[in-house]
Amino acid sequence: MDKVIIAKDLSLAYSSSETIINKVNFSIDSGSFVFITGASGSGKSTLLKSLYGALKPKHGSLVVGSVELRGVSRSRLNFLRRHIGIVFQDYKLVKEWSIDKNIMLPLLINGYVKSVANNQVDKLLKHVRLNHQSGKFPLELSGGEQQRVAMARALAHNPVLILADEPTGNLDEYSSQLIWNLLEGANSQLNTTVIVVTHNIPKNLNVDYKHFHIEYGSIHEVC
Amino acid sequence: MRSVKNHFSLVIALLSILFSMQVFLIAERSIEAYKVNLAQNYSVIAVSKKQLEIDEILEINNIISDAKELSPDSVIERLSSDMRSANVELLKLTMPKFYKLSLTHYPTPDEVKNLKSDLLKSSSIKKVEDFSHTHDTTYKLLLLFKNVVTLFAIVVLIVTILLIIKELRIWQYKHNERMSIMGLFGAALWLRSAVLFRLAIVDALIAGFLAFGIFVYLSSSPWVLEQFDTIGINIVIFNQVDDFLLILGVAMSISILLASLIVLGHKEEV
Repeated sequence: MDKVIIAKDLSLAYSSSETIINKVNFSIDSGSFVFITGASGSGKSTLLKSLYGALKPKHGSLVVGSVELRGVSRSRLNFLRRHIGIVFQDYKLVKEWSIDKNIMLPLLINGYVKSVANNQVDKLLKHVRLNHQSGKFPLELSGGEQQRVAMARALAHNPVLILADEPTGNLDEYSSQLIWNLLEGANSQLNTTVIVVTHNIPKNLNVDYKHFHIEYGSIHEVC
Repeated sequence: MRSVKNHFSLVIALLSILFSMQVFLIAERSIEAYKVNLAQNYSVIAVSKKQLEIDEILEINNIISDAKELSPDSVIERLSSDMRSANVELLKLTMPKFYKLSLTHYPTPDEVKNLKSDLLKSSSIKKVEDFSHTHDTTYKLLLLFKNVVTLFAIVVLIVTILLIIKELRIWQYKHNERMSIMGLFGAALWLRSAVLFRLAIVDALIAGFLAFGIFVYLSSSPWVLEQFDTIGINIVIFNQVDDFLLILGVAMSISILLASLIVLGHKEEV
């Protein structure tokens, strides 16, 4: 099976004095569903940041898709990010834009024609059950609804990889379930690789998944 | 409403800068026009013991634009009542020649001094009246006005810089998050900055056209025209082509500089 992520002797650090992830080796198959767990401050979000190039490897090699992230150029990083969908715990929606425009963002970045992008946004709003909120701004929605907008944005351009950082951390049960269903759907129907950083793996998941646990700067697969 | 709010702060800042700049230009033009008026009314009198050619006088100092010989008739008329006509003719021949010298521009006190000294170097010229006391008083007044205008310009420059810094901070706060989010989805720099530059250009256009409207109105206002008439100055208060292009250019430059500084200073959130 093709590997979408390959990490060799990967070390990550915010400063030269403190290493968060220390010389880890792992790989992730294309089309798999992966959970990364660990205690608070263990480095799971740091690892996720490194996967979309927000934190460059301090040591070793990290290849995502075909892009080596150590010393990656800005244009290559942009190329990689255009094929990734990211979901954050704090949603990271542009507050001064309508939810439609927020969802449209990756489509416009990927060069979609406006009319095609508009159609796609309509479909996605229905998909995340927010078509009745079209035209509203993020701050006019509840936290669960904002996360569904963020989810729609992550799915908009049919990415090969979805990275989610505690996507249900602040949500009620209904919204959480909806987010898990959307992630499951992307994985099972579109064969999108999904990597989720979380404290709790949901019990009623309908997909096969891999589970990595981070502890003391090391990562190991939980069987 | 949201859109109006987005534009309001920078448009107001730009408008105040443009307004101050145009007022400074009008003040500069008024000073120049006043200097031309003064130059037309100011002249130096040179007294020569013999007749001089006009070209000969013009060569003495290049500040002299014209020279006219003053007729001695009015002086002789007053003296001639008790004189015989033969003596009057003799007096006419022996009287010194008076020349009124017009100047190219309103001179500085140093230029007046140099002119006087150059004139006195001529063997024929015996006396020069430069009306230095009147000249100095007027010149000092003009200098004071010019200094006040320069000071005003410096204050405006400082206020402009402070306004720009304030706007820069507001814009950085407003646009940093959006630019970071766009960056997370792989937007190239030009695309991330496009909204910012579009906003900057639109705001510059709005401020430019508002300033144009204000100055077109002011330049045709009877009250304003009356003020200039009162002090005897005839200037172009607002040139609808040149001044508008200048205003638009300044507004565009400031806005684009502001947007560029934000783009250069943008740090992606990690």
